[in-house]
Amino acid sequence: MSAFLSQIARNRWILPTLVVTGFAVSILSHYQPIFSGYTQIILITIGINIILCVSLNLVNGYMGEFSVGHAGFMSLGAYTSAVFTTKWTPDIPMLFPVAVIFGGVMAAIIGLLLALLSFKTRGDYLAIITLAFLMIVKSSWENISYVGGPAGLLGVDKYTTLPWTFFWVVVTMFVIRNLVYSKFGRAIIAIREDEIAANAMGVRVREAKILAFVVSSFFGGVAGALYSHLNFINPKYFDIVKSTEILVMVYLGGISSLGGSILGAVVFTFLFYQLENMGLGYWRMVILSSLLILLMLFRPRGIMGMRELTWFLPKRELKGRRKL
Amino acid sequence: MLDHVLYLAQQSINALQQGSIYALIALGYTMVYGVLTMINFAHGDLFMLGAFACMLLASVLTPVLVVFPPLLSFIVILLLVMIIIGVLGASIERVAYRPLRNAPRVSAIITALGCGLLIQSLTLVIFPYSKSMPKLFTNTTFELFEMPHPDAAGASVTLTITALQIVIICVSLILMVALDFLIRKTRYGMAMRAISFDSRTVPLMGIPVDRIISTTFLIGAGLGGAAGMLYGLAYPVIAPSMGILVGWKAFIAAVVGGIGSIRGAVLGGFLLGAVEVLAVVMFDSSYRDLISYSLLLLILIFKPYGLLGQAPNQKV
Amino acid sequence: MKSILILLGSLSLAVLTGCGKSSEPSVKIGLNTELTGEMPAVGASSQNAAKLFVEQINAAGGIKVGEVTLPINLVIGDNGAKADQAAAVAQRLITKDEVVAMIGPDASVCAIPASDIAEAAKCVMISPWSTNHDTTLDPSTGKPKEYVFRACFTDTFQAQVLAKFALNNIKAKTAAVFYDSSSEAPNQQAALFKKTFENDGGQIVSFETYTTGDKDFSAQLTKIKSTNPEMIFLPAYYNDVPLIAQQARSLGITAQFVGSDAWSSPEIIKLGGAAIEGSYFCNHYSTQIATPIAQKFMADYKAKYGQEPDDVAALTYDAFGLLVEAITDGGSLDRQAIRGALAKIPKYDGITGTMQFQPGSGDPIKSAVILQIKGGEFVWVANAQP
Repeated sequence: MSAFLSQIARNRWILPTLVVTGFAVSILSHYQPIFSGYTQIILITIGINIILCVSLNLVNGYMGEFSVGHAGFMSLGAYTSAVFTTKWTPDIPMLFPVAVIFGGVMAAIIGLLLALLSFKTRGDYLAIITLAFLMIVKSSWENISYVGGPAGLLGVDKYTTLPWTFFWVVVTMFVIRNLVYSKFGRAIIAIREDEIAANAMGVRVREAKILAFVVSSFFGGVAGALYSHLNFINPKYFDIVKSTEILVMVYLGGISSLGGSILGAVVFTFLFYQLENMGLGYWRMVILSSLLILLMLFRPRGIMGMRELTWFLPKRELKGRRKL
Repeated sequence: MLDHVLYLAQQSINALQQGSIYALIALGYTMVYGVLTMINFAHGDLFMLGAFACMLLASVLTPVLVVFPPLLSFIVILLLVMIIIGVLGASIERVAYRPLRNAPRVSAIITALGCGLLIQSLTLVIFPYSKSMPKLFTNTTFELFEMPHPDAAGASVTLTITALQIVIICVSLILMVALDFLIRKTRYGMAMRAISFDSRTVPLMGIPVDRIISTTFLIGAGLGGAAGMLYGLAYPVIAPSMGILVGWKAFIAAVVGGIGSIRGAVLGGFLLGAVEVLAVVMFDSSYRDLISYSLLLLILIFKPYGLLGQAPNQKV
Repeated sequence: MKSILILLGSLSLAVLTGCGKSSEPSVKIGLNTELTGEMPAVGASSQNAAKLFVEQINAAGGIKVGEVTLPINLVIGDNGAKADQAAAVAQRLITKDEVVAMIGPDASVCAIPASDIAEAAKCVMISPWSTNHDTTLDPSTGKPKEYVFRACFTDTFQAQVLAKFALNNIKAKTAAVFYDSSSEAPNQQAALFKKTFENDGGQIVSFETYTTGDKDFSAQLTKIKSTNPEMIFLPAYYNDVPLIAQQARSLGITAQFVGSDAWSSPEIIKLGGAAIEGSYFCNHYSTQIATPIAQKFMADYKAKYGQEPDDVAALTYDAFGLLVEAITDGGSLDRQAIRGALAKIPKYDGITGTMQFQPGSGDPIKSAVILQIKGGEFVWVANAQP
């Protein structure tokens, strides 16, 4: 059995096949009612959570920082792309991908700003800066009536569909996976292990940090853009609780493991909705938090720990392995 | 002119009250961080439990305490709350944090988040509705100053302070002074400072590290519980969700002051209280959060380790 | 590796057991309400009234749909008083549980996103308590939504009633407004009150805000105190009002408090005490001027739940009544037929008064009452006709 699994893991064609099948199924579901409306929402939400998870993992997992501001980047992407489609180019569904990219870019610009401002801070102080940033962004949306203020933005068209979500998930995985296994990825991991030593070894710490922040916030913005065209947005949604949820998904799945992020996002979203369906009321959070504590006590590094799904590993890493 | 001075004086009293409570909570965070280099995210929820514990104790003990003067029963309940929440905090450390002492730091943080969430959701299961805090003593309003209103005939401008505000500020100051004394003048305090300085050599010196850490949690949680009780008395509608926002704000205050530094936590707490009130005084109240956090962010950008914090020595 | 497989296996099992609930024919009605979150008292009232109604109808045999009589199957979803959850629950009720219509949500912050979903899915939605006019209006066109109705009056009407009451009955010429700027309903109500009050000759001397979750209002209240208003308009939910009132009184503010229908939960008296004594607020019905229909409802509710029903309960009961009448009139469970029949109901005698929907609008023409908190109870003061 394990030999068979090992064969599947080594096969380089599985991942592309899965991607193509996924595309086919999602496009088909758009025209034929394979999934009910409710199931579609759940799948799209899982997709958005995967993007959030993987992008946060880049900064929190691979680079070892502790950013709690990810919901802020999500909100930036959500609001800017919603304004783009609602106020600047209304009724042109073709421009949706442009809007998503726009949302991502706006989030990335702020991410760049934050990275430059906080360059000197380390560790937990960086956490506070990201927290303050999150509160500032939330408060700003509440005070700008152009985006609806505290009422939120009404009338955003529901452009996010399963095919689009799948597309963006694939793009995110592709970019971040290639980043992580490149020169820059190694730089990021080196920074996590020991920043001063890395600097002494000639790693370009400043560039690597900025790149990590920018890429992470770009995809956070993309996830937000997808979200705003799925569901009603208001400033209250993008608060510390949301950031904490994303954080939990990342650490649940496994820090610095892309497969782990996917797993964490899927498990968490699934549990979240299934427990709500069971009508447990407040017991839902009791169960979720207890599971989280137990998981951390028995598997402190997350479900997948720091192991990676073999399909994501580049060929050169597989050469040295004999077993799974 | 004088009415403006009175107005500012009134706002200053408000700021002092807010600041004392933030400072008490910030102290709890900073103490734990000092010995364990860990952010105890369950602290905000321990704060909330302080308020609920006070409510439960008051309803259970009223028949007994009615004979005593109100001030005495207040002190008794305060001490009981501090002990109960302190023991709870130390138990959480024993059960959830100690096994993770050698695991990556982030796992301990996530566990702390989980503990906080567990406390909050369990409290929600028992108390789904907001509850009213009991009145432990009559909250008389003292008029410190009065003068006729310049614009409205027949009305007056007053400067008031309530008994509760006096109690909160005094209790907080007493606790802070007591803590400072503990840290600087007792052996326990010396041991705590030693652990925060270099945790690896300390056990070699014969200091029972585990016991000191438990004591630290006991005191830190106790302070948080006291803050919760005072907060609940000041704002008598309590709900299980009250810990989150106040907890995070106090955490920011502790970091801005310099995490790991007791004086920094106090400074940070009062600074946050002052900034929040000032923001409302000078600008539209809807910009309060925006201004407070931007200011704190600015402070951190220019002083990356907080106002009184020290850059840790990093060895390569 | 093994543990991951076990995890995935148990997850799939959970999925399979969650699906496939067979049922005998019944009329599925969905209830989307705030059982957890910021205002659980509202959700509890709504749920209580809904269950009472369904019990009574089913005890009498069910609803007459054309030739057959079918029992009601109540499907309840909890929206946690959050916008995104409300939308998810609406989606689940409409597409997964396939309800014929949805009652709720009550809070405007939840009702607005849920109404978008109901309108897009062409499913009838009746909100018992949401007074915000955006609930029944399409934001991009400004025209009323076709499938969304409400059982209560709108904020525009409420603001007029309160402003007129302030000027004519309380005889207050200066007013301050203090509201939660991060919550939709108070925002609208504050703005509308200001507009109407100033239009009719009053003066707004102070317009202050706070954020949801705030407990300390001393800074803003001190500001308000310095402008010396005769009354303060507080369109806040029942758990914020006690704190605001107490702090205001401690600071020496003697102005009259006036509130919106969000005050209506009896929890406010438990939490508020002496500070809110003597305050006025606007409401949908009063237990003291009850019609025979209302009295029967109050008696039944008290017998089953041990407390008097508040306006949320009464409005939910009426919303269900309207829906059942529409189903019976239309003679079918088709969503479009229900919608048509609902709009055409000539006159419905409910607990909260007579209701009738204007052609093309989901808002009923209804009257309001002004209540005062006196001696720890809600006392009826006046009626206000549209």
